[in-house]
Amino acid sequence: MPHPLHLAVALDTPQCSGRAAHDTVHDAAHVVALARLAERGGLTFVTLGDGFGRPGLDAPAVLARAAPATEHIGLIPTVTTTHTEPFHVSTTVATLDWVSRGRAGWAVEVSTTEADAALFGRRPAAPPAEVWAEAGEVADVAARLWDSWEDDAEIRDRATGRFIDRDKLHHVDFTGRTFSVRGPSIVPRPPQGRPVIAVDATDEPAREVAAAHADLALVRVEDPATAWTVREELRDRAATHGRDPGHLLVFASLPVELDDAADGAGLADLIADWRAAGAADGFHLRPADPGRDLALVVEATAPVLRARGLLRRPGHPGGTLREHLGLPRPASRYALARETA
Amino acid sequence: MTPTTPTTRTPRKQIRLAAHFPGVNNTTVWAVPGSGSQIDFASFEHLARTAERGLFDFFFLAEGLRVREHKGRIHDLDVVGRPESLTVLAALAAVTEHLGLAATVNTTFNEPYELARRLASLDHLSGGRAAWNVVTTSDAFTGENFRRGGYLDRAARYTRAAEFVSVARELWDSWPDGEAPRPVDHRGEHFTVRGEFTVPRSPQGHPVIIQAGDSFEGREFAAATADVVFTRHSGLDAGRAFYADVKRRLAAYGRQPDHLAIMPGVTFVLGDTAAEAQEHAAEIRRQQVSPQNALLAAEQIWGVDLSGYDPDGPLPDFDPDPGSELAQGRVRIADPKAVADKWRALSRAKGLSLRETVIETTGRQSFIGTPADVAAQLDAFVQTDAADGFILVPHVTPGGLDPFVDRVVPLLQERGVFRTEYTGTTLRAHLGLPPQPVRAAGKGPTA
Ligand SMILES: Cc1cc2nc3c(=O)[nH]c(=O)nc-3n(C[C@H](O)[C@H](O)[C@H](O)COP(=O)(O)O)c2cc1C
Repeated sequence: MPHPLHLAVALDTPQCSGRAAHDTVHDAAHVVALARLAERGGLTFVTLGDGFGRPGLDAPAVLARAAPATEHIGLIPTVTTTHTEPFHVSTTVATLDWVSRGRAGWAVEVSTTEADAALFGRRPAAPPAEVWAEAGEVADVAARLWDSWEDDAEIRDRATGRFIDRDKLHHVDFTGRTFSVRGPSIVPRPPQGRPVIAVDATDEPAREVAAAHADLALVRVEDPATAWTVREELRDRAATHGRDPGHLLVFASLPVELDDAADGAGLADLIADWRAAGAADGFHLRPADPGRDLALVVEATAPVLRARGLLRRPGHPGGTLREHLGLPRPASRYALARETA
Repeated sequence: MTPTTPTTRTPRKQIRLAAHFPGVNNTTVWAVPGSGSQIDFASFEHLARTAERGLFDFFFLAEGLRVREHKGRIHDLDVVGRPESLTVLAALAAVTEHLGLAATVNTTFNEPYELARRLASLDHLSGGRAAWNVVTTSDAFTGENFRRGGYLDRAARYTRAAEFVSVARELWDSWPDGEAPRPVDHRGEHFTVRGEFTVPRSPQGHPVIIQAGDSFEGREFAAATADVVFTRHSGLDAGRAFYADVKRRLAAYGRQPDHLAIMPGVTFVLGDTAAEAQEHAAEIRRQQVSPQNALLAAEQIWGVDLSGYDPDGPLPDFDPDPGSELAQGRVRIADPKAVADKWRALSRAKGLSLRETVIETTGRQSFIGTPADVAAQLDAFVQTDAADGFILVPHVTPGGLDPFVDRVVPLLQERGVFRTEYTGTTLRAHLGLPPQPVRAAGKGPTA
C-alpha cells in the first residue's frame, strides 16, 4: 500500500441518542469544536452526513462555518443529488473548496423515500438503481463544471480590456436521463481542481458509482478479509472504467464506541491489524458519541498508531485534501482537449 | 450655560448601511493596483471585517446563475465568476460576530424546502444574522443550467416568488421553540410541500427578507413581504418618489412604514478636497468604461454588432433593434429607443464621442466629495426620505470600503445618525425591525 494510513471521523450525532443529542444536531459550534479536535489529533478529514428528512443543519453550510476555524483538515459534507439541482450542488462544493483553501470533499448521497419526495413535490420516490444512476450523472457533470474554467482562465489583460480568456471557459453541454446542464460554471476552477468525491460504496448500486466517479470509497465492513475483497473489487472496477486504481482510495468505515483509554489503544491494535492485512487505505470511524469517542481517538488511538509509525504527525501544514490523501490534482479535461487539438 | 451644548433636537432618522461585495458588474475596476482576487476567501473576509469595523448592518452578495454572454460568446470585459453565496456567508459567520449576512438567491431555479433549510441553517450558525435577497430573474438562457429550465413571464415569476416565500415562512414557523415540529401541508399553484421541517426555529425566526425588483409586481411584492428593498433609484428626486410609492403600499398589507427599509445601491468617491474627489471620480469612470466596454454598452442598447464603430467617434445614427438577443444573462433594458435618444441628445449637446457619452451616462458615482460632503449628502438623503440607508458598492475588491469606514462613518456618528456600537445581536435588531412572531397557522385546524 503506497499511501500512509489515514484516519477520518464522522461528526454525526446518531439519531437515537435522545434529548441531548437532539440539541447538538442543530448546534454548529459543537461540530466546529469536533472538527478542531480531529485536526489537533492529526486526522485527515471529517465527514458530516445530511438528508432532507433528518434533523440537523445543512451539512455543507456547517462545514463552511468550520473552514476558517481549521487549517489542515479535510471537510466532507454529504450532499444529496436526488431532489437538488446539479448546478447548485457543483457550485456549493466548489465554493466550500474556495473557503477552505482546497480542503473540500463531497459525499454523494441519494434519497429514496416518499417522505423526502413529498417535501419537494416534484416527482415520486424512485428505487435505488434509478437515483444512483442519476447520482453518477450528477457526479460526472459536477466534475465537468469544475473543469469548465481552465486554471489560468483569468488573465486581467489591460491592453485588450479582457478579464478572462474566454477560450478557456467551456460549455459542458451535459445531457443526462433526468436533467441537462449547459455551463460553464459560475465559479472559477476550485483550488483542488476537483474537490474530493466520496461515496459510501457498501452496497450496490452505489458501489458502481464509486468505481466510476469517486476518489474515496467508504465501505462499512466487519472484518479485514471482507474489506480486502471489496477494495480489490473496487480497484478492478475502477480500472474497467479506464481509471488508475491508485486514484480510488478505499476506507473501511467502522462504528466505534470507546469507554476509556484502554479502548482507544485497543482500537489502534485493531486498525494496525487491518492495515497489516492490506484491508484498507484508511479508516473512517463512526463514533456512537462523537464528543466522547473522538477525544479518545485523539488521545489514545492516534498516539499509539503514530508511535508505530503508521500515522503521520498532526499538522502537515498547508496543503489540500488531495495532497494529504496523496491524490494528484487533475488537469481540466477541457485544457487537455484544447492542448491536443 | 455652555454655548457648545446643542439644544434638544428632534431625533434624527438613523442611517442603515450595507456593504456590497464588488463583482460581476461594470462598476468594479479590476485593472488597478490594489484590486485583488474576486474569488479568494481572503477578499470576502477583508470586506466583511471592514464592514463590521464600520458597524454596518449587513454584508451583501449578488447572484448570477449563468456566465453572461454577448454576441453568442462569453462576456470577457468585466469581472466573471464568483463563489456560491450561502457557502461564503456560512464561512464569514466564523470571522464576524455582529454583521448581517445577506445572500441573493433566485426563486425560479430553487425549491422552497431546500432553500428554506439552507437559510435557516445560516441563521442558526450565524446566531441570527441571515438575510435573503429574493430575486425572480428568469430567462431561458439561465434556465439551460437547471432541471426546470424554461422561462416564466413577469406575473408568473412573482406569483411563484410570493408562494415560495410564503412556503418558506410556513416551514420556518413549523418548529417553534421547545415544541415538537408540526407537519406542513402546502398545496399551491407552484409548489406542493408536505412533511416536517428538520430545523427548529432559528434565532431571527425568519431571516431578513430583501427584495430587489422594480416593476409594479416587484413593488407590491416588497410591500407585502420584504423587510428591506434594494433599489437602483439612487438620485434624490427619483429616490423620494420611489420611497413614497413603496411606503404608501405598506398600509394595504397592515404594515408600518418603518417595517420596510429602503436602501438604494450607491457608489462613492472621496477626496481631500471637492476638486480632488471629482478628479478621482472621473479617473475611475475612465477605468470602468474601457474603449471595448464603451462599444459593448452601446451594443447592449442598440442590440446590433457595433464592432466596426470607433469608440472615440460618434454614436450610431439609426434606432435600436428592440427584439435583440445580443446580450444574455443581464437585466433587460426596458426601452432601448428612449435610452438611445437620450444618449444622442447628450452627445450632440456636449459634443461627446461614443465612449465619452457612455462614461457620462452610465458611470457617474452617486456620492462624490470630501468625507464631510459625503456624510452630509447621505444624511440629507435619509432625513428627506429619499432612503432609509444605503447599500454601498465599492469599486475595488477588497479594500474599496476602507476609506469610507475610516473617514465617513465617524462623521455620520458625530452627526448622531449612525450607531457607535452594536446594541443587538441579530440583523433584525440592527435594522430596528420588530421580532418575527410565530404565525398561528398550524396550531391546529380549528384554531
Ligand atoms: C438593485 C438591484 C439588484 C439586483 N440584483 C440581482 C442579483 O444579484 N441577481 C439577480 O438575479 N437579479 C438581481 N436583480 C433583479 C431583480 O431581482 C429582478 O428579478 C429584476 O429586476 C426583474 O424584476 P422586475 O421586473 O420587478 O424589475 C436586481 C435588481 C435590482 C433593482
